[in-house]
Amino acid sequence: MSDPETKIEIKRLFKIFGDQPESMLEKVREGVSKDELNDQHNHVLGLSDINLKIRAKGIQVVMGLSGSGKSTLIRHINRLIEPTVGEVWIDSENVLEMDEKTLRDFRRNRASMVFQRFALLPHRTVMENTIYGLEIQGMAEKDAEKQAAHWIERVGLAGYEENFPGQLSGGMQQRVGLARALATDADILLMDEAFSALDPLIRTDMQNILLDLQQELHKTIVFITHDLEEALRIGDQIAILRDGQVVQQGTPQQIVLKPKDDYIADFTKDINRGRVIQLKTIMKVPNDKPGPELSAEMLVEDAAQLVTESPSSQARVTNDSGDVVGVVGINDLIRAMARPDIESRLEEL
Amino acid sequence: MDWFTEFPELGRRDLRDFRKSIDQGFKDFTRTYGEDIESFFEPLLQFLIWLEKLLLATPWPLFIVAVAALAWFASRSLRVVVGSAVSLFLIGFLGMWEDTMSTVSIIVVCTILCIGLGLPVGIVMSRSDRAQSVVTPILDIMQTIPSFVYLIPVVMLLGIGKVPGLIAVVIYAIPPMIRLTNLGIRLVDKEVLEAADAFGASPWQKLVRVQIPLALPNIFAGVNQTIMMSLAMVVIASMIGVTGLGQPVLKAISNQYLAMGLLNGLAIVALAIIFDRISQSYGKRLQSHRGGQDE
Ligand SMILES: Nc1ncnc2c1ncn2[C@@H]1O[C@H](COP(=O)(O)OP(=O)(O)O)[C@@H](O)[C@H]1O
Ligand SMILES: [Mg+2]
Repeated sequence: MSDPETKIEIKRLFKIFGDQPESMLEKVREGVSKDELNDQHNHVLGLSDINLKIRAKGIQVVMGLSGSGKSTLIRHINRLIEPTVGEVWIDSENVLEMDEKTLRDFRRNRASMVFQRFALLPHRTVMENTIYGLEIQGMAEKDAEKQAAHWIERVGLAGYEENFPGQLSGGMQQRVGLARALATDADILLMDEAFSALDPLIRTDMQNILLDLQQELHKTIVFITHDLEEALRIGDQIAILRDGQVVQQGTPQQIVLKPKDDYIADFTKDINRGRVIQLKTIMKVPNDKPGPELSAEMLVEDAAQLVTESPSSQARVTNDSGDVVGVVGINDLIRAMARPDIESRLEEL
Repeated sequence: MDWFTEFPELGRRDLRDFRKSIDQGFKDFTRTYGEDIESFFEPLLQFLIWLEKLLLATPWPLFIVAVAALAWFASRSLRVVVGSAVSLFLIGFLGMWEDTMSTVSIIVVCTILCIGLGLPVGIVMSRSDRAQSVVTPILDIMQTIPSFVYLIPVVMLLGIGKVPGLIAVVIYAIPPMIRLTNLGIRLVDKEVLEAADAFGASPWQKLVRVQIPLALPNIFAGVNQTIMMSLAMVVIASMIGVTGLGQPVLKAISNQYLAMGLLNGLAIVALAIIFDRISQSYGKRLQSHRGGQDE
């Protein structure tokens, strides 16, 4: 692969469910819609012409409504689903060309998965569930348990090793799911709506755990969600899926500031933009006025709080080496947080 | 209009020849292969005889204690333990100890056979719809055909004795074992199976670490039913030479010994209840993690 930053590259991937998927391919390429394919040809369009580069060591979010093809897409990465046509490159290997044994080794050592409904083994304890992947790798039980104990502790489940999943709350069960996936040391982590089944508070907890772990592990994470808030919070990159097609990809800021069409704009209009937009996006040329020095990556909402508390009405924006690269006034901060429709109405007045 | 009122049946001669040729064919088969088949089953016979002797040689208190211990291990319930011990004692007290040991030994061997044969067949069946569609009608036949009918060829082939009795019992008792193994494996949660795939489990790793363990409660229900059905078959099997509690019942029928029939019948019932409680409560304990009762 040309770009060393890219870990996973999906090329021209199509997935059509039905009796004769190949024969439908031409129609889909010609632009027959998902509904049309379903009503007139009795096939389901799962994915259509997906092209996606996923960067190493980052969190790629794939977002879309239920039925948009998220699960189908993520299952192509470890080939739990065979495509109708297409390529899935990981490092410099095409997953779809692997033979059975290579594929099994790939799944054992290089990509692990966390599931929406946990998919734990109900007859096994937390410890036994966590060593599951290691056991499949063929690791000796003692070593496996030592390794697993570390991850059980990291996800905050120390002391629950001997409990069965049925005795734990949903949030705790998903911690087991996460520990099980981390224990194999795979550098790709696939998470299919891993937090969607959890209560909002617990979901936030889990997001924090994941972000904390990622700070130090630097895995390549593919994170599926139907929740834009979650996508914006977790993602370094976001791809939005609709009816099996990627309609937009970019950073959280790009998605919020430049929604590609009304469909996405509709999604993003209720979002708290202050939690997505960074100072560097809205800063202006530096001036001599005083103000607290804030990092260029700081979110608008946090900056607004700090500026309000300080005697000055602006903040000085600094880069990684501490140089002042711009300023933002309190008005800029408020404007950045306003909903786009409100903003346009303000301009009309 | 003859054909309308008279059934167009085969001529009497033709029918007789038809039956004769089947009988003859099977007799020839018996003559040619009977001995080979008999020697094939020889180890089984030896095992059965060995077990029966072992049980008979075991001092009765030891046997009762062993059963009580097994009941405790399986059920952790004092009621089951005491119930088993008391009923065994009563059986012995009423003079049926030896017949009971014979029956227990044949049930044990039969159960081992049913598990040993039924489990793999059930597994194969669960893995392919083709296999399922072939095996299911065979099981239906095995369960509905009157047992006397398959006693005939078994006896023709192997004569009267323990082995043909055993075979008859196994044919009768194995279907639930196969059916419930198949069912149990097919009912395993698809998502858990997907997780196994995602972690790179081989088909064998999936079978022994996920499918069988998760199917175990159903498999155990199958074992339980198998045991019950083989006990139910004991009386019929005694007609072809299986020793045990069935023989006195048979004798009681032909001689109208009411008390004898009743007592031996009740002993069979008592055994059934003991086996049932032990295997069922073990099956239940296997599932205890599911609801998280220990919370
Ligand atoms: N095995 C299948 N057979 C037929 N259609 C399927 C199958 N799996 C998924 N689909 C269809 O493909 C589309 C995408 O499904 P999925 O990837 O599960 O969506 P999401 O995870 O985004 O909710 C849906 O329309 C769904 O009905
Ligand atoms: Mg899904």
